Amino acid sequence: MFLQRWASQIEQLFELLRDYNVRIVLLGTTLLGVAAGLIGVYLLLRRRVLIGDAISHATLPGVALAYLWSTSHGQEKSLGVLLCGAAISGALGGIAVLLLRHVAKLREDAALGIVLSVFFGAGVALLTVVQRIPGGESTGLEAYIYGKAAAMTPQDVWLSATASLVVLLTVGLAGKELRIMCFDAQLARSQGWPVLSLDGLLIGLVVGVTIIGLQAVGLILMIALLVVPASSARFWTHNLNALLVISALLGAVSCASGTLLSAAYAGLPSGAIIVLCGCFLFMISFVFGTQRGVLWRQTRIWALRREQDQQHFLRAAYEVLEARGAVPDNPAELRTSQAFPLTALQHRRDWSLGHIRRLARQLTAANLVVYSGEPTVQLTPRGLLQALASVRDHRLLEKYMLSETEAGVGEADREADYLEHGLQPEHLAELSGTLAPDPTKPVLPSPHGLEIPSRDTES
Amino acid sequence: MSNVATNGGSAGAISAATNARPLVIREVTVAYQRKPVLLNIVLDIPAGSLVGLVGPNGAGKSTLLKAIIDMVPLISGEVLVFGKPYRRNRARVAYVPQRETVDWDFPASVLDVVLMGTYGQLGWFRRAGAKQRAAAMQALKKMGIEHLADRQISQLSGGQQQRTFLARALVQQADLYLMDEPFAAVDAATERAIVLLLRQLQSEKKTTVVVHHDLHTVPEYFDYLVLLNTRVVAAGATQDVFTENYLQKTYGGKLTLLEEVGEAMRLRDGGTP
Repeated sequence: MFLQRWASQIEQLFELLRDYNVRIVLLGTTLLGVAAGLIGVYLLLRRRVLIGDAISHATLPGVALAYLWSTSHGQEKSLGVLLCGAAISGALGGIAVLLLRHVAKLREDAALGIVLSVFFGAGVALLTVVQRIPGGESTGLEAYIYGKAAAMTPQDVWLSATASLVVLLTVGLAGKELRIMCFDAQLARSQGWPVLSLDGLLIGLVVGVTIIGLQAVGLILMIALLVVPASSARFWTHNLNALLVISALLGAVSCASGTLLSAAYAGLPSGAIIVLCGCFLFMISFVFGTQRGVLWRQTRIWALRREQDQQHFLRAAYEVLEARGAVPDNPAELRTSQAFPLTALQHRRDWSLGHIRRLARQLTAANLVVYSGEPTVQLTPRGLLQALASVRDHRLLEKYMLSETEAGVGEADREADYLEHGLQPEHLAELSGTLAPDPTKPVLPSPHGLEIPSRDTES
Repeated sequence: MSNVATNGGSAGAISAATNARPLVIREVTVAYQRKPVLLNIVLDIPAGSLVGLVGPNGAGKSTLLKAIIDMVPLISGEVLVFGKPYRRNRARVAYVPQRETVDWDFPASVLDVVLMGTYGQLGWFRRAGAKQRAAAMQALKKMGIEHLADRQISQLSGGQQQRTFLARALVQQADLYLMDEPFAAVDAATERAIVLLLRQLQSEKKTTVVVHHDLHTVPEYFDYLVLLNTRVVAAGATQDVFTENYLQKTYGGKLTLLEEVGEAMRLRDGGTP
């Protein structure tokens, strides 16, 4: 029943696609999503996101003035004139930010706040003027604020296509130049790249994409189309080229799905739905992203913690054997280990018996330990080797701490317990070079002696 | 900025030999908000020397490097790099900024960053190819981090970041290297690797200017020393310049009259930051 409803709704969506107008609008917004997704990556990396927002808000007075200009010249509302007006006033907004910053010496956030609100306020005032003049009530200029994709014409689609082509070409040609400017503007300048012009190119493209997106998404929400796909893509990759592809894809998908949804449920504003679709994709990326998604990160943390516990288990096992005198002078000769009770490990670490059993089972699966549910456990030859390495690392670090820091025996043991997992081969080489120069004795004696059975009595 | 030949007067006498001189700085003054940061800097760095640029915080060390590569406007004076203004001799200079100046979370691998060193020679729209990759790997090898080529730069230690930056400079194959605090907060192994690199550059007859903070290592590392505190306090062979008298003049704790006057210049201007 539920499934049937879903199926019929999906059928409805496909029904929509037969409509020529819907297909046109869909194509237009999807191309817009690609362009915004691509240029958004550079905007984000260059940390110019808020300038993008100020510019899109600054387009409104231009739209209204362009409308007034064309009516006073006895012309119909023409898209070209409106978009020219938007571009000019958007660019003026950008210049105003620069002037406020460098001539009036305001902070960047203050300059952006002023430009954004003042230009937008002027735009709203001018819109009221437009609505008062005869025939001005139904201009549809409000669509530029909140976005109305359904109003897109084939002409708009051509504009979107041109914009995404220009952005694609620019990124394809000058990707290297944009990359060096975004990463290290000082290096770029020292190599003679015109950083100011490259910044201008970036902002110019953002203005271009913004004014074309005005109709579909609206000036208030345009910034989301630039930032959200690029930010979502960052969860999936560390590679700039992959970032561009994923961001363009996410931009296209959110625009396409948002457009379809708003067409299917008449009355839903396209801009808002597109942004919500983008937000949905952001959430998915945030959770499942393979590079920075929280799920993977948490899994990695758990895996690391488990590995640490397993190492501690093996080291504790070795120490139990050592305390029982079951380790020869040269431990490398040791082939098999005695079996010893699991409870002996409890004295060495603050672990519950259940946790010890769980670790023993994990290590048995890794063929490091022999344990099949009896109260005793035994190390395999491989397990012994690993335990040996772990003990060696721990004691080297302990000895280093005792000789180089003020730490006492108990502190050194606890700190080494934590730090030993970070030891890299180069550190080990350095440590064993200075502290254990005798290669026939790979394992140092424990600084706190073997007669100390439990961690609690050390300090 | 006028050229050497047209400068006349005393400059004419040295113009013949000037082409071989890696770095000549003539009476350079730089100011931020009218407060002088560098005052009347005169330097003539001998070719093939390994130069330490030393002075207290705010002495203008980084600004001097930036002034050399046209990154800050000069109020007066000129800088000649191998006898020409920097903009006409860029390919012969490699600049290593302080590593905190970039975002190490940028989506790039170590190799990507080192390849950026080749962008200047590549010119507009051309991409780095196999030749540039080989050169970048070579530079990484020299810095002892070729195994990190594919590592994300967000996963580097401070020392590895610095080695990446130095590899990026090496790949530029310059004759004059300008390094801004390469020794700042690096591990002992990286410090040794950098010293080795500096010695090697010197053996290849390259000239290197290093902004440096640790006075203890100055006599060991550098054979030429510039003591800077807004003005050049002293410049010359390390054994002549690294004396208590000059160091006292450079680091002499209290606010000098000159600094007070400079600060007054800024405040007179309205005191905006």
